Amino acid sequence: MTSDLSHGHEHDHKHEHQAVPSDPALRVKALESLLVEKGLVDRAALDALIDTYEHRIGPRNGARVIARAWVDPAYKQRLLTDTDAAIAELGYGGMQGEHMLVVENTPKVHNLIVCTLCSCYPWSVLGLPPVWYKSAPYRSRSVIDPRGVLREFGLELPEHVEVRVWDSTADVRYLVLPERPAGTERLSEEQLAALVTRDSMVGVAKIAPPGQEQRS
Amino acid sequence: MNGVHDMGGMHGMGPIQEEKNEPVFHERWEARACGLSLAMGCFGKWTLDALRHQIELIPPADYLRMPYYEHWIAALVELMVKTDLVTRAEIETGKPAQGSPRMSPALTADGVSPMVANGAPASRKVPVPPRFQTGQRVRARNMQPLGHTRLPRYARGKLGTIDRVHGAFVFPDTNAHSLGENPQHVYSVRFTAHELWGQDAPARDSVYVDMWEPYLEPA
Repeated sequence: MTSDLSHGHEHDHKHEHQAVPSDPALRVKALESLLVEKGLVDRAALDALIDTYEHRIGPRNGARVIARAWVDPAYKQRLLTDTDAAIAELGYGGMQGEHMLVVENTPKVHNLIVCTLCSCYPWSVLGLPPVWYKSAPYRSRSVIDPRGVLREFGLELPEHVEVRVWDSTADVRYLVLPERPAGTERLSEEQLAALVTRDSMVGVAKIAPPGQEQRS
Repeated sequence: MNGVHDMGGMHGMGPIQEEKNEPVFHERWEARACGLSLAMGCFGKWTLDALRHQIELIPPADYLRMPYYEHWIAALVELMVKTDLVTRAEIETGKPAQGSPRMSPALTADGVSPMVANGAPASRKVPVPPRFQTGQRVRARNMQPLGHTRLPRYARGKLGTIDRVHGAFVFPDTNAHSLGENPQHVYSVRFTAHELWGQDAPARDSVYVDMWEPYLEPA
């Protein structure tokens, strides 16, 4: 995913916006200046929005939800049956997480989340999606060849495991409850949360036991 | 519309490119583009459905080539022009038109926290009960609307089973075109991999697709 000048130039040509700078960085800067000058945009609001998703809302939120579900069976039950309320108990919710469902991985079932039509993703618990999640390769193949996709992420699933792919075509946002790895019986909730990866909550990875290399 | 955005089931898009320790934004313009789109949406001049449809209208070759946040900016510019928030000339010159009134931002810094915390729930109450029940066999309609729809092509005409009744939600097919929220019941429908992709697909696997009631007929 590059943003090279030539591509922008070509694009501008097609749409006859030759007066607009071709580099997306310049174009966005010009657009922001225009909207600020017209009084339509408050720069401080942009800064606050960006700060929210760079520093405040991200996969650590989801990791805390997962760790709580691992240590507290009653919480896990609420999380699977009354998801929004259970997530709100930990203080999360809101934009692009208004209607959530958690799907549970087990030794027999593996869940995978995708949005084939755009890039719907549970922002409230995972933050903004990574580039690969929004990319054509992932969106196109997750539904037709989920096992192949998982193999690309380094996860080979045995044939007897049932794969369930969840295509986020409507307003429900999905989060995978990964399996708790072996050897974590003595870990605290906090330590467990530190093991939970973003990829495991999208369903493209399992969580490695402590001490082994984790995927992002 | 049967656009390139509806890519479920396509081949040839290449390998998935993961990036270790990927930043939230790779370049500052991406962060600013994201912020601009969210902030301008607060004027309420267009819906999220309309924004998605505007992105779908990007010509296919451009859609595939553009970085993600360029989709947002391209759609934002079109929507702002359509709704008279800015003029095409202003976009091209980068300067407000002479004598144009100064506006007030729809989103200020202190509005960000409540906006993020509250979100914009699309669930609605409807007076009619759901037409379908969990466990019921249904068929996704074979329809090819020219406008916005959230019924992916790979599921059209296929037989599935209602897995869950989600409740009623704003209907994108009308809402994207300013034809009203028209809320409809939404279902999670389970399609076996065999039904979607043929007998060579793994026998146990399935795809769950969320579908508004008008996308479905009894089977």
